[in-house]
Amino acid sequence: MRPVTAPHPETWLKVTPAGLFCEPGGFFIDPTRAVDRAVISHGHSDHARPGHAHVLATAETLAIMSARMGEGRAGVSQQALRFGETLDVNGVRLWLRPAGHVLGSAQVCLEWRGARVVVSGDYKRRPDPTAAGFEPEPCDVFVTEATFALPVFRHPPPEAEIARLLRSVALFPERTHVVGCYSLGKCQRLAAMLRQAGWEAPIHLHGAHVALCRTYEALGIPLGPLRTATVAKKEDLKGAIVLAPPSAIADRWARRLAEPVVCNASGWMRVRQRAKQGGVELPLVISDHADWDELLATAEEVQAPEVWVTHGREDALIHALGQRGIRGRALHLVGRGEEDEGEAPGEAAA
Amino acid sequence: MSLSAFAALLERLVFTPGRNAKLALLRQWFAEQPDPERGIGLAALTEELRLSAARPAMIRELVMTCTDPELWRLSYDYVGDMAETVALIWQPRAGVNAPPPALSDVVAALEAAPKAEIPALIAGWLDTLDAGGRLALIKLVTGGLRVGVSARLARVALAEWSGRPVEEIEEVWHGVSLPYAPLFRWLDGTGPRPDPREAPVFRPLMLAHPLEAADLAALRAEEWRAEWKWDGIRVQLVAGPGGRRLFSRGGEDISAAFPEILAAMDFHAVLDGELLVIRDGEVAPFADLQQRLNRKTVTAKMQRDHPAAVRLYDLLFDAEEDLRPLPFDARRARLESWHARAAPARMDLSALVPFDSLDALARLREGARAAAIEGLMLKRADAPYVSGRVKGLWWKWKREPLTVDAVLMYAQRGHGRRSSFYSDYTFGVWREDGELVPIGKAYSGYTDEELAWLDRWIRNNTVNRFGPVREVERGLVLEVAFDAVQRSSRHKSGVALRFPRIARIRRDKPAEEADRLATVEAMIASALAEGERPG
Repeated sequence: MRPVTAPHPETWLKVTPAGLFCEPGGFFIDPTRAVDRAVISHGHSDHARPGHAHVLATAETLAIMSARMGEGRAGVSQQALRFGETLDVNGVRLWLRPAGHVLGSAQVCLEWRGARVVVSGDYKRRPDPTAAGFEPEPCDVFVTEATFALPVFRHPPPEAEIARLLRSVALFPERTHVVGCYSLGKCQRLAAMLRQAGWEAPIHLHGAHVALCRTYEALGIPLGPLRTATVAKKEDLKGAIVLAPPSAIADRWARRLAEPVVCNASGWMRVRQRAKQGGVELPLVISDHADWDELLATAEEVQAPEVWVTHGREDALIHALGQRGIRGRALHLVGRGEEDEGEAPGEAAA
Repeated sequence: MSLSAFAALLERLVFTPGRNAKLALLRQWFAEQPDPERGIGLAALTEELRLSAARPAMIRELVMTCTDPELWRLSYDYVGDMAETVALIWQPRAGVNAPPPALSDVVAALEAAPKAEIPALIAGWLDTLDAGGRLALIKLVTGGLRVGVSARLARVALAEWSGRPVEEIEEVWHGVSLPYAPLFRWLDGTGPRPDPREAPVFRPLMLAHPLEAADLAALRAEEWRAEWKWDGIRVQLVAGPGGRRLFSRGGEDISAAFPEILAAMDFHAVLDGELLVIRDGEVAPFADLQQRLNRKTVTAKMQRDHPAAVRLYDLLFDAEEDLRPLPFDARRARLESWHARAAPARMDLSALVPFDSLDALARLREGARAAAIEGLMLKRADAPYVSGRVKGLWWKWKREPLTVDAVLMYAQRGHGRRSSFYSDYTFGVWREDGELVPIGKAYSGYTDEELAWLDRWIRNNTVNRFGPVREVERGLVLEVAFDAVQRSSRHKSGVALRFPRIARIRRDKPAEEADRLATVEAMIASALAEGERPG
């Protein structure tokens, strides 16, 4: 599709110590250090860092960044771009398409002199009541993550995992089910999915999860009745569901809970040994990342002859892409995978 | 019901540390599953049912016919377990629309199928299952579920679910077989109690309470009989026309691990005794017996190097005659005459320890330092043999523990209720060269308050982390109590403690003043010098 005269994207979209840099446009995408101009795919802290001068992102991502970093730290000037809107930045056409990862998450689409690159950020293909669904954009170079890029990672239907959780709550009505989940995205998705599954009781939150749930609600995502677990009485937490950061579920914080059933919601829970390391009693395989089949299917769907892999298990993905006639390239971006499921629990947990 | 339901149960059991939670899961299984699924599942969990239809290598070959070798290598590297890698990586063939098999389908088909057809059979089932189901199937057909459900735990769950006393279930347990349909009918209330007839079944053992000072004061010497408490494992020997069995205290059938005992059971009786390793009349330390435990089979060399024997405590049945209602003295007389008559090999009597007064008995107990003796047993002269732990009939009077002041070296988080606490402690003593060497690990003995204090101390004094383990500053002395100390080639220090537990936290004692390894070694030497048969 790229006209033969078009310059290859590697001549104008470069890996620098600060991250991916679009030279003609003069901006970075998800830079790892403070820069003048940044385009941010979504609000996780390994993609959205504080201190940039100018930040371009979806309105939801900007709101999430402000909520997490505080006013002023999330860009001296902020520019919101709607899905479907197009900008011209020094001759580079720029637009955003939903990535389905968390609320506001976007793929950054760039076109310069006839060649098109899509930087997908983190993405998933499963429906999520809290995030607009991923939309494939045909392109010449597709930049992908590879968090779960091994054929052992095939996520089961998330509804079935929620059903397992509710079945366990019914079996152990005297105990608190505490579910480890990241504070941005997974927490709100779980709350919304529990509501879809008919769980109407209040959902209790660890203090670290409260602010972003409020942000989601302010952005029009209803999560139903929420309570703060930290102030609840042990007696009231019997039979309750508590959402908490993974680092808190099996540690001192959890002592306030009634005989907790420790659960963790993450794609890593697919592998037993990984799940066991964290002292998890009920592993729930619910991920906000594409699984193996979805990574490969997406690469084919966007019809890109070339796929760049930002972070994760690039060996396996590049090997499998090669078998499909797609050229793979590992970017070795540093500083990725530090929030949400980027790291396996054994390595991330304190 | 399909294999998927069994897979879901397995998955939960594997991750569930708590006994009560395991029981709840098992009760749910018995309540919800139809026959014969629940019985087959029960047998698979307790490893009563062990299929060996497929070897792991065959499963691996199956997956390699349809998997890229490089992707297999990367995946196996990551997952680390062959069965799990296969379960996760398996790609069902397109268009397979069959329902997953039932447990009973799997068992029946594997029994009927010629060997050559088994791989195709397994591949066909794998195509119908999800990842959890595939893992359960692979573990099932290769014969290794390993989910930590003992037959005893399963019987307790059956008791809780049905409302019948566990002792009643234990008495019929070894008389029923897979898939236990008569057992479930009885427990469901739709059938009679299964009659074991002549089958060699287990009768729950009579157990003792620990003797406290207040209990001791209330005893009258003439009403009691004393025996040494031997440090082996309690066993029940059952032999007769229906067969021979050696049962552990919890009713596990351990016959296969002790063929020489089985061979010596050429009689018709039910006996209670202590299984020991005895060489030239001397009871070996527990570590020797440990070499023989938890084995499915045993080599001739094992039997030669660690010869097993039984020290008899009681006679429950003489042929068909149930002696359990008789008083202890009468049973003892019957035991002695039976032993003289039957004269079984590898079995001697646990001698009665004569005493005039409880004071004299207390002195005997204090004097007993042989490693193979844990203390004394006190049995009421007129007590019948009743299963379970009935208070006031049998007392165990363990000798005072040995203690050592050791330095805390590593701590690990516990499980279940203790998962947020550093509750497992590795401690060491000083070697002559000034190195601290670990001598044991303890995870009990402290109060809740002490546990909270230790947890805080550990978090504030961590110098290194290895996954769930923390290495701590060598600054805390723990007084560790234990029942015996033995030589061990498996530990760097060369010693192993029996039943170590935390007796006290010695906040007052500087680490450098903790005990030396030589002190611990001297305890072994003195136990050996004491000889084997005190009293």
